[in-house]
Amino acid sequence: MSRVRRLWQIVRRIAGDDAYERYLAHRAKCDSSTPVLDRRAFYVAEQQRKWGGVTRCC
Amino acid sequence: MSLAKKLLWLVVALGGAFALAGLATHRGETVNALWIVAAAVCVYAIGYRFYSAWIAASVLAVDETRATPAVRLDNGRDFVPTHRWIVFGHHFAAIAGPGPLVGPTLAAQFGYLPGVLWILFGSVLGGCVQDMTVLFLSTRRDGRSLGQMARDELGKIGGYAALVGTLMILIILIAVLGLIIVNAMKHSPWGTSTVFATIPVALLVGVYLRTIRPGRVLEASAIGVVLMLGSVVVGRIVDANPTLHRAFDLEGVPLVWFLVGYGFCAAILPVWLLLAPRDYLSTFLKLGTVLLLAIAVVLIAPEIKMPALTKFIDGTGPVFAGKVFPFVFITIACGAVSGFHALVASGTTPKLIGNEKDVRLVGYGSMMLESAVAIMALIAATLLDPGVYFAINSPAGLVGANVDAAVATISGWGFPVTAVQMQSLAHEMGEMTLMARTGGAPSLAVGMASIFSSAFGEGLLSLWYHFAIMFEAVFILTTLDAGTRVGRFMLQDLLGQFSPRLGQTSWYPSVLLSSALIVAGWGYFLYVGVVDPNGGVNILWPLFGIANQMLAGIALCVVTTVIVKSGKLRYAWVSALPLAWLAIVTTTAAWQKLASHDPRMGFLAAADQLSAKVAAGGMTPEQIAVAHQLIVNQRLDALLVAAFAIVLWVLIAETVRISWRKSRGLPVPVGVESTYVRISVEVRT
Repeated sequence: MSRVRRLWQIVRRIAGDDAYERYLAHRAKCDSSTPVLDRRAFYVAEQQRKWGGVTRCC
Repeated sequence: MSLAKKLLWLVVALGGAFALAGLATHRGETVNALWIVAAAVCVYAIGYRFYSAWIAASVLAVDETRATPAVRLDNGRDFVPTHRWIVFGHHFAAIAGPGPLVGPTLAAQFGYLPGVLWILFGSVLGGCVQDMTVLFLSTRRDGRSLGQMARDELGKIGGYAALVGTLMILIILIAVLGLIIVNAMKHSPWGTSTVFATIPVALLVGVYLRTIRPGRVLEASAIGVVLMLGSVVVGRIVDANPTLHRAFDLEGVPLVWFLVGYGFCAAILPVWLLLAPRDYLSTFLKLGTVLLLAIAVVLIAPEIKMPALTKFIDGTGPVFAGKVFPFVFITIACGAVSGFHALVASGTTPKLIGNEKDVRLVGYGSMMLESAVAIMALIAATLLDPGVYFAINSPAGLVGANVDAAVATISGWGFPVTAVQMQSLAHEMGEMTLMARTGGAPSLAVGMASIFSSAFGEGLLSLWYHFAIMFEAVFILTTLDAGTRVGRFMLQDLLGQFSPRLGQTSWYPSVLLSSALIVAGWGYFLYVGVVDPNGGVNILWPLFGIANQMLAGIALCVVTTVIVKSGKLRYAWVSALPLAWLAIVTTTAAWQKLASHDPRMGFLAAADQLSAKVAAGGMTPEQIAVAHQLIVNQRLDALLVAAFAIVLWVLIAETVRISWRKSRGLPVPVGVESTYVRISVEVRT
């Protein structure tokens, strides 16, 4: 993999840009009974979960 | 360690000692900021390489063969084993807010030396240790929160104390941050319109991320950041247009109402619409600006014009009342030791830790970087002419509302400044005036603007200044949104004890009620802070500092108890020593705030003085109304500060009691460390 590509992947990972792809990959690895969320439903559910606790500081 | 490495670390140690000694003994006209940078780099390097490694190995007994919750409970969403540098980035973005920018700026009234020493040693021996140990404990307990760990390890009293303490600090924190942006936007049409414009930008990004291109965080953020930079330019156009200029030229109180309304909306709107996009934007802006500032400081190597110590270490300083001890340790909380970090270090971050040994980089390392941000803020504040610094940061109630009188007072302190100089500076920055712009944000923005413009292009001072104001405001509004929301959850959690219905976070009436209560709480302190002629910063910032250090005390109590219970009493000083220091500092400060006869310092003395003034007559009805509000507020503040001190000492007493019981072999509350599951080292991400 070229360096630029790797760097781009790191940036995407830090920003959470690849969250949906990682979710799909995880689903493919460990199957479960719940239906797979589409991109939009996943995004909204993730935001709800993320902001359910203390996530930011002074 | 090889001989070459030993020699290298010896050089680092000697270099650090030399730079610190140079800073401490330097008494010339100016000193170069690179001395501070050099001292900081050496202190951090030694702290990280030796102290954090020793704590990880000996005190915490970090075990890299033990599966972390992220590995055991991996669900692809919140529990995800993540590369340590990525967790580091997430954790740093979460802990670094406006705190480390404001505290050091205010503490610059003592000179640069007390601030530099406390930021460096407070973080390496206190703050970084707290963050790392709490992160480790939470990782060992499947990501339990600080409040839950306090309840498990210290019992019910400890748990409730932590919950109530956190709620109080949240309210004070949001009020003081709100005050800082109100002071930055007051009578600044450019600043106000820029900050207003960032709200539709956030909404737009929110809609984009949900409907147009769901989850494409990077492209949405790129669009948002460009629009935000555009809003700085739009602000300039607003400022130049007479009609718009008048429309955005606002007093403090309307801005308070704007913030209250905004905070309420942000708390009840769905997170994807305002909170999440704003957070993405502020994170990018934050990381970019901090990086840019670091590059610029090293590039231009500015001269520090503030003396090492000013005469205001005796407690007569205009920015806030109080002697260098204990108030430098209260004023600089974030950047040295910040209890709030313990909330982030327990909960979200532990669920991402891929291996226990990563807690050193993520916990200790992120706090070191935050400390470095505080050092940069201190440099930006102290490179201003001291006269200019005091003219911006001294409230009108103290030095006089009249510009000539104010500059005469400040020059009389031995920090020469002229009305013409302040006028031309304000003109360069595109502001009407820079006199008595308390709160730290404007003086930090002036400092940052001068660093940026000399590093990246002269002549853009006013753009850089408003960029810095926008950067601080976006930061603060994100904390305000997120804090109000968290406060709402905590309150619902508390109310749920009495009425299960009120505890449901999705029941709309409960959402409205609890959000309104939280917003009313901080809105009240913010309002009083704005109408206070002595500038509310003098009251609110120390209150915030005391609360934040108290929360750090609670976290360190939990850590100390766990260390003692694990049979390592001989190492308990690692957390007990910073705990003792914070207990001394907060108790002294709380006592002075309660008992001092100086009305600038003591809350009760101030209330009595105002009552006497009202009784003496000669005030207009409006002045009397404001005075009554201030009197009530001062008495309430006295109550709060006493409550903070009591909460801390209750927890310390519990810690001592449990440690004593442990040493006598008596039963103690048993913590719930998750069971050991071995991982092969290859599983490491």
